Amino acid sequence: MAHRRPIHPLALRVMHWLNAIAIVTLIGSGWEIYDASPFLPFTFPQWATIGQWLGGAIAWHLAAIWLLMLNGALYLGWGLVTGHFRRKLLPLSLRAVLRDTIAAARFHLPHRPGVYNAVQRLLYLGVIGLGVLAVLSGLAVWKPVQLWPLSDLFGGFFVSRVIHFIAMAGIVLFLVVHLLLVALVPRVLPAMITGGHLPNPESEAAE
Amino acid sequence: MPALTLNRRNLLGRALALGAATTLTGCDFDDPSHPDVADRVLNAMSHWNDEVQAALFNPHTLAPTFPASAITRPPRFNAFYDIDKAPQVDLATWRLGLTGRIGDKQPWRIAQLRALPQESQITRLICVEGWRVVGQWSGVRLGDFLRRINADTKARYVSFQCADGYFESIDMESALHPQTILALDFLGAPLTAPFGAPLRLRIPTKLGYKNAKSIVALGVTNQFPSGYWEKQGYNWFGGS
Repeated sequence: MAHRRPIHPLALRVMHWLNAIAIVTLIGSGWEIYDASPFLPFTFPQWATIGQWLGGAIAWHLAAIWLLMLNGALYLGWGLVTGHFRRKLLPLSLRAVLRDTIAAARFHLPHRPGVYNAVQRLLYLGVIGLGVLAVLSGLAVWKPVQLWPLSDLFGGFFVSRVIHFIAMAGIVLFLVVHLLLVALVPRVLPAMITGGHLPNPESEAAE
Repeated sequence: MPALTLNRRNLLGRALALGAATTLTGCDFDDPSHPDVADRVLNAMSHWNDEVQAALFNPHTLAPTFPASAITRPPRFNAFYDIDKAPQVDLATWRLGLTGRIGDKQPWRIAQLRALPQESQITRLICVEGWRVVGQWSGVRLGDFLRRINADTKARYVSFQCADGYFESIDMESALHPQTILALDFLGAPLTAPFGAPLRLRIPTKLGYKNAKSIVALGVTNQFPSGYWEKQGYNWFGGS
């Protein structure tokens, strides 16, 4: 029986779904925390929040953050050590992003399993950056006294809150696009669960 | 092979469903005396976060101070009741009771506290809800007071009982922090009832709910005293 390589290695799939649980919990509980003292002229509807009240929401938020940080650190380490970032997310050029954006807008951008197009690379690198920004600004909101250099770096307690909110909004925007693309190309979903198979036997023969 | 695939998918689906279910249902400290599985997990994580905060706490790191022009006016009232329900304390009969690991447990009158060296600060109070105000408080350094009454400063907790039934407790390291004071004055005048008359804790290295108001008793203990909101699910250390 030919051994075929999966599109997504097992480690990546496990980290992806752990991250999904952490992110959804953090966003839902974060919305409830925001609602306790909104700084924009709206609040999030109660049905979309997690924790039911401020105390519950904070408890969920500060529990899920450990899952996000541990899993995220493992992911970054794994991505660097295995060359995943280098192979899958790089190189990235403005020209390639423009080319693929135009192609995508015309629905001419083909989905090639196991290869990220330039738009995907930009989105994935962008959301990794937003995740790091969300964690750092969140630490600044959590500990403006003990971690005062970080708080000062962000411009103080209130600005840290605003940046934390913007990072969340960016991640939510990514999720909308991410889920929209999955809805458009549904066959990518099973591969993120079972691993799928790379459809290229020639490259295997060459190995 | 297909069976394995199906299995794995099922497992993941079930794990996700479980995650969603625990997230959406009893995850809110609905009934603190009957914690469900999610509550137990959250409590364990909250204790872990207490330890992380204690490790992060640096006794020499000061909370930022502000110029008088930054003081929030009018001051913002906050409690678990409306402003007209704030406890009215009779200064003539009020005493600060002392309990626990304290050498000299003689109760204190307000005039005696005022006779001690006073410390003034213009600091920011950050509420757990996310808002913040700047105010000016002055009073007795808690660390100085604890040494004066021969308290066991190697004990783990300092607890506070309030005239309105509120109660709070803090770790000894935070109690000995130079900016932690037993405040008698707010904005240059004796505390008024809504702002914690006649004596309140002012601790700018912790969140607002740790700043107990209208204190009637202070205790030093190694038994975890918890707090009014902590019993309902707030994090105990509440550091800032």
